[in-house]
Amino acid sequence: MKSVVEFTLNGEGRAVLCEPRQTLLEILREEIRLTGTKEGCSNGNCGACNVLLDGVLVNSCLILAVEVQGRSIVTVEGLARPDGTLHPLQQAFLDHAALQCGVCTPGFLLSAKALLDEKPNPTETEVRYWLAGNLCRCTGYDKIVRAVLDVARSSAPSTPTR
Amino acid sequence: MSSTSSPSSVLVETPLRVVGTRPVRPDGIEKVNGRALYGADVQLPGALQGRVLRSPHAHARIRRIDTSAAAALPGVRAVITARDLPPAPDRVEEMGDRTTSLRYVTDNLLASEKVLYQGHAVAAVAATSDAIAEAALALIQVDYELLPVVMTAGAALAPGAPQILPGLRAERMGQRDPQPSNLASMVRHERGDLEAGFRRAKVVIDRRFRTETVHQGYIEPHATTAICQPDGQVTIWATTQGIFSVRSQIAAVLQIPLAHIKVIPTEIGGGFGGKITVYLEPLAVVLSRKAGSLPVRLVMSRTEVLTSTGPTAGSDIRIRMGADASGKLTAAHAELYYEAGAFPGSPVGAALVVSFAPYACATMRVDGYDVIVNRPRSAAYRAPGGTNVAFGVESVVDELAAALSIDPIEFRLRNGVKEGDLRPNNEPYARIGHLECLRALQQTEHYRSPLTGRNRGRGVACGAWGNWGGQSSATAALNADGSVSLNTASTDIGGSRASIAMQLAESLGISYEQVKPRIGDTDSVSHNDVTGGSRTTFATGWAAYELGQKIAAEMTARLAAAWKISAEAITRKSGGFASGTQAVDFAEAARIACDDEPLMVSVTVNPKLYGAGFSAQCVDVEVDPDTGKVTIVRYTIVQDAGRAVHPSYVEGQMQGGVAQGVGWALNEEYVYNERGELLNGSFLDYRMPTACDLPMIETVIVEVANPGHPYGVRGVGEVNIIPPAGAIANAIHQATGLRMGALPMSPPRVLSALLARKNGSKGCGAVSQG
Ligand code: FES
Ligand code: FES
Repeated sequence: MKSVVEFTLNGEGRAVLCEPRQTLLEILREEIRLTGTKEGCSNGNCGACNVLLDGVLVNSCLILAVEVQGRSIVTVEGLARPDGTLHPLQQAFLDHAALQCGVCTPGFLLSAKALLDEKPNPTETEVRYWLAGNLCRCTGYDKIVRAVLDVARSSAPSTPTR
Repeated sequence: MSSTSSPSSVLVETPLRVVGTRPVRPDGIEKVNGRALYGADVQLPGALQGRVLRSPHAHARIRRIDTSAAAALPGVRAVITARDLPPAPDRVEEMGDRTTSLRYVTDNLLASEKVLYQGHAVAAVAATSDAIAEAALALIQVDYELLPVVMTAGAALAPGAPQILPGLRAERMGQRDPQPSNLASMVRHERGDLEAGFRRAKVVIDRRFRTETVHQGYIEPHATTAICQPDGQVTIWATTQGIFSVRSQIAAVLQIPLAHIKVIPTEIGGGFGGKITVYLEPLAVVLSRKAGSLPVRLVMSRTEVLTSTGPTAGSDIRIRMGADASGKLTAAHAELYYEAGAFPGSPVGAALVVSFAPYACATMRVDGYDVIVNRPRSAAYRAPGGTNVAFGVESVVDELAAALSIDPIEFRLRNGVKEGDLRPNNEPYARIGHLECLRALQQTEHYRSPLTGRNRGRGVACGAWGNWGGQSSATAALNADGSVSLNTASTDIGGSRASIAMQLAESLGISYEQVKPRIGDTDSVSHNDVTGGSRTTFATGWAAYELGQKIAAEMTARLAAAWKISAEAITRKSGGFASGTQAVDFAEAARIACDDEPLMVSVTVNPKLYGAGFSAQCVDVEVDPDTGKVTIVRYTIVQDAGRAVHPSYVEGQMQGGVAQGVGWALNEEYVYNERGELLNGSFLDYRMPTACDLPMIETVIVEVANPGHPYGVRGVGEVNIIPPAGAIANAIHQATGLRMGALPMSPPRVLSALLARKNGSKGCGAVSQG
């Protein structure tokens, strides 16, 4: 039995016909065709599918589409401003060469945004713990962590507490 | 104009304007805003969704497959088995990452008589939805007769072992064995009198090592979409390291002319050698043909990736080395048994050349055995075969240095190779940067700083990788506004669009921003070998260099015609062109040059002097005595890049290779039960390093110009993964006094070794005496 699920996606209202078994990830990618949210494992272990659900970081492969009725979702496609100006994290990832193949990047960007929304001035250790749910096989994380720290430092002037 | 075999000039001493800078990559925006299309993102109208049925058994005879119920399910449009593939001759061809029999390639795609590993494909389905395709798989009946499984090289070579590949007879140093066995081949390189060399030694260390199967672990699972038209024309969207390799594998397996196949590359979410072999693409083509030419998309799950693609070989290794009192090596001997998986082609051949590659030693023998086991067919993984053998060699070198009370870097310097010395396969090195890397490591603040803290140890290791050149072709069109459209067909897996465009900009005397690189499909340019072997920035970059030279020459000729002077009278000046009386900037020159006729140039290259790459690394670890967990406290990698075209992406390769090496060293392994079933086929249980498992990875780029490239470039993608396991083992030894003889050095293994020492017995991970 399909049912209509209504939610806000990157600021716009959406109504999608969903089967109960379908995940939010599947709906985003296959029905709405926003493929920036990636599938790396489908069981909550890689973070490539990360999105914000009412501002909270979730693995969209572990959320059923019917659960998002009435809620608000931000995906990687919703990070830049409507005029295309990149989010500071997106710009920092480019400037720091924090991506190689780039398939993990959408998930890292959402995770990093959720971190900085909650804790604008994290330590390196906090960044690493927060990003531990995102696997990257290319970079060794160094440049990713630097990019996130760089955004934190340029937007939050006080020094981090160790 | 340089030829493809040797450059007319080595420009490395010349100051460069673009090479060596760090511009934002041209494909960056699409990769941070989610618009870049990867393999599974291709969604064609009306596409069918496919699924692959895989064997639950590691070794079984297929008595019968009944697909009738699946085919009858509403929504199912095609079901295929091995019978739908053309019969494959036993013809040896270069295919994907190896030279092998077409029969083996075909049989890996869909099992015919036997399944040879858990996850071996036996059938595939295309349906109007993924849910229907999945339901259809459950309706396929396969009648298996179970056969005994053989999981390790040791078991496979034991007398009376079950024969996995019927009729396989080993090729042993050029001779075919009379009797079948699970040995596919044996290769030896040697020089000098080995035993006399060992007799000259003051210290001889003889050790055995075991490394487990690990996976490349790219985050993007394999995915493809294919259309096979009724007239046999094929279009394939592939996430691959080489579209031309996909094309030739499909042409060979499905017996289709090359020109009838168009492969369109998507972005690729990592490969590391594992996205060269085709797994899904031929199945999607055959399904599409059977389903009335509708597009068919196949996407693997993570578990399928782990059970049915990659991985790299596990291995049993014996390393024996001797040194005299002055710390000079007198003899070196390696015996390598690499597990190829179900079909021949482990990277043991490459491993032989890696083995003692950093060491100058007149007396050497390296023996390599390619062994068939009931594991997935192994695939290339970053410096294929290198990490396994270097774990052993670097551990033994550390023991030798300690036994002779010589600093481990000093020991390596004393025995280190330089230009003219021989590799293990007796080929001489050209100019290399091994000693420079070791000295640079010695000078780092890290190596000079005292080691502090309890349960900590420091280890060093080094490694060498031959690199590769290979074939590249590219075209470039000069636009009338002075911008240049660059067309290549080398997969960009980590920023090579930038490094290639930079070399064209450098060569042509324009800015990086004026070059727009594009990666075309197989119809757009001629052959390009795979992005692998650390070759792309080197060889396709070389093609870009030549394109720049050709465009400049053609522009000069056309300006000369327009100005009615001889071409020799025109010189290049700050990007523009000038004669005695007139000067134009590049854009104006382009306008004049393109006025009457378009300007497009093409280049094909196969550069041969690719120049070996070296890396030296230092790691501090902390070993938790209660759990056996090893924490990486500090890590420094030094690597010779020849010339770093885009230093950020060179550092990225160095850091990424180290991270993979750390995973291999400390946690990653395939865990099987006695039936050959993989017990950890997910990212939860196949434990790759996270951001928490690593510190910042400090990088030092050494630039010893490669005389075989116009800008001195060496490949940088692979050598970085060779030293980490050895360096970490040596650090664990310093921290605990234990020599670990097996990878991964995971908490259970380290703890077992610690407890065994306490109890006076031998731990499972501790080194065994040779
Ligand atoms: S796809 Fe959701 S966590 Fe990996
Ligand atoms: S950049 Fe490739 S997985 Fe992170």
